[in-house]
Amino acid sequence: MMRRKKSTPRRNTLPLHVVAWIVGAFVIVPVIYAVIGGFKPTNELSQNPLGLPRTWMTANYTDVLGSHSFWLQLWNSTFIAVLTTVLTVGVSALAGFVFARFAFRGRELFFTLFTAGLMFPFAVAILPIFVLLRSFGLLGNPFGVILTQAAFGLPLTIIILRGFFRSIPGEVEEAAIIDGCSPFGFFWRILLPMARPAIATVSVLALVGSWNQFMLPLVVFNEESSWTLPLGIQQFQGQYASDTARILAYLVLAMLPALGFYAVAERHLVGGLTAGATKG
Amino acid sequence: MTTLITGPEAIKLPAPAPAARGRGRWVTIALFLLPALVLFLLLVVAPILVAFYASAFRWNGFGGLPTNFIGLDNFTRLFKTEIFAQDLWHLLVLVLFSVVVQLPFSLAIAMLLNQRIRGRALYRVVFFAPYVLSEVITGVLFSLILSPGSGLANHILSVFGIESEWLADPATVMPSLFLVMTWKYFGFHMMIYLAGRQNIPNELIEAAQIDGATSWKTFRHITLPLLGPTIRISVFLSVIYTIQLFDLVWILTQGGPSHSSETMAVTMMDWGFKRSQVGYASAISVVMFLLSLVFALVYQRLVMRRDLAGATTSMGGRR
Repeated sequence: MMRRKKSTPRRNTLPLHVVAWIVGAFVIVPVIYAVIGGFKPTNELSQNPLGLPRTWMTANYTDVLGSHSFWLQLWNSTFIAVLTTVLTVGVSALAGFVFARFAFRGRELFFTLFTAGLMFPFAVAILPIFVLLRSFGLLGNPFGVILTQAAFGLPLTIIILRGFFRSIPGEVEEAAIIDGCSPFGFFWRILLPMARPAIATVSVLALVGSWNQFMLPLVVFNEESSWTLPLGIQQFQGQYASDTARILAYLVLAMLPALGFYAVAERHLVGGLTAGATKG
Repeated sequence: MTTLITGPEAIKLPAPAPAARGRGRWVTIALFLLPALVLFLLLVVAPILVAFYASAFRWNGFGGLPTNFIGLDNFTRLFKTEIFAQDLWHLLVLVLFSVVVQLPFSLAIAMLLNQRIRGRALYRVVFFAPYVLSEVITGVLFSLILSPGSGLANHILSVFGIESEWLADPATVMPSLFLVMTWKYFGFHMMIYLAGRQNIPNELIEAAQIDGATSWKTFRHITLPLLGPTIRISVFLSVIYTIQLFDLVWILTQGGPSHSSETMAVTMMDWGFKRSQVGYASAISVVMFLLSLVFALVYQRLVMRRDLAGATTSMGGRR
């Protein structure tokens, strides 16, 4: 609250730091417990959960890294997340373009239909989606998950992109048209490159949403070979219920992609996730 | 919320581009709109309509559309069950906890990190990090930490002579669940509050201080009222999220022990997939949908009405 450098007396910020440290410990101790716990044998973990391991045992981590299923789940999650993102953003950009730059009868009606989609909780539709995907033969197929995730991602993505497309002045479009650009040419070569920040935001939203999605893959995938990481983690916990240290190692390795992405794209991620949700 | 943001601005149409006026205009519009429309109608709108339709039938989900029409029987049956009453009670408890504990806590942390203290950027990054992790990772991690006997929580708290069964005890399962939710989501609400705080001009706060207001008075009479719109949004998001809460509960407790942490979505999944009573489970879906809808409409009409002029749009203005 005191932004001015001079004229405000320097206050003692120690109590603030103490509070921040306590909250920080609350957040970070579970993660540290998992990281260090992965280096212990399980019987040591139950006696000494927080201390450093007596000997750093890497077997838990190397076992997971050496297992075929972990890499397969990582690949499945990545494949589904990337395709979901491309599909969501691509389809939404086309629709957002029309909603932003064309005036036509029924436009507001269609747009309202999409915005109403924000109100539909995913859980409400999961049973019919299951029945529907089964009748299309898409159960067990990654595209069953990809298409559904993309469909539910449309409302927010269209709203954000449409807002951004509208903010680009009409003069830019007129100039492009005079230079002989088709509507698609304008969209592809001028509008999309200009909208890069908005595209980055919605891509982050779609990517993280897909990466963390649990309910949909849970009902769509039966075969272990199509499992995503969240399904794999749940299954791994069931399989090694008594081997806590091994589960911790699996958890830590499964956390790394998300945390790594967060470390690299922190600004986009925070901006996208908070503003994305408040827009919804 | 969004419909309301976009409502007023929808009035001023941008001038259609010259080339887009001719014959090909409708072709372009149709081609660009069609993929989104097909995907949306097929996988969002149709399933919701099917859920409504199926809720009036006794149906195991097989063999085309349901035929055994039973009217509102699924609903009357649902409303009589103990479990559904518990689901509603858990929803109420979690919403109350969130509004009374989690959100004020997030707000306090946001105000703290708005001060000029060293390392505040790092604190923000760390506090938001759990939000990036999946519900499954969070759930499995905490099911190990809270495991009775050898878990980390009991180990640490044994210093104070506290030991508990946590998720395995009906008396402590809801507070434990709430603790995990707070761990995962407080950083998100904190970030929303920080963004809202940054929209308040510092001059206002400085003026109050020059007039001799204490920190608390400045917060109570300047910052808090001006944060009103932001707070109302975060309450809204929190309630809507809690109505459909599934992943965390499913991983942590599966709704147990003996339904003491069950939510509507868990009950729905239980009946729909484990017992193949798709009609009955659809009735639960419909209740979830109507609850969200009614809450959203009432809340927007009564609580957020006066915010819609500027506050919500300025939050999204950056993007």
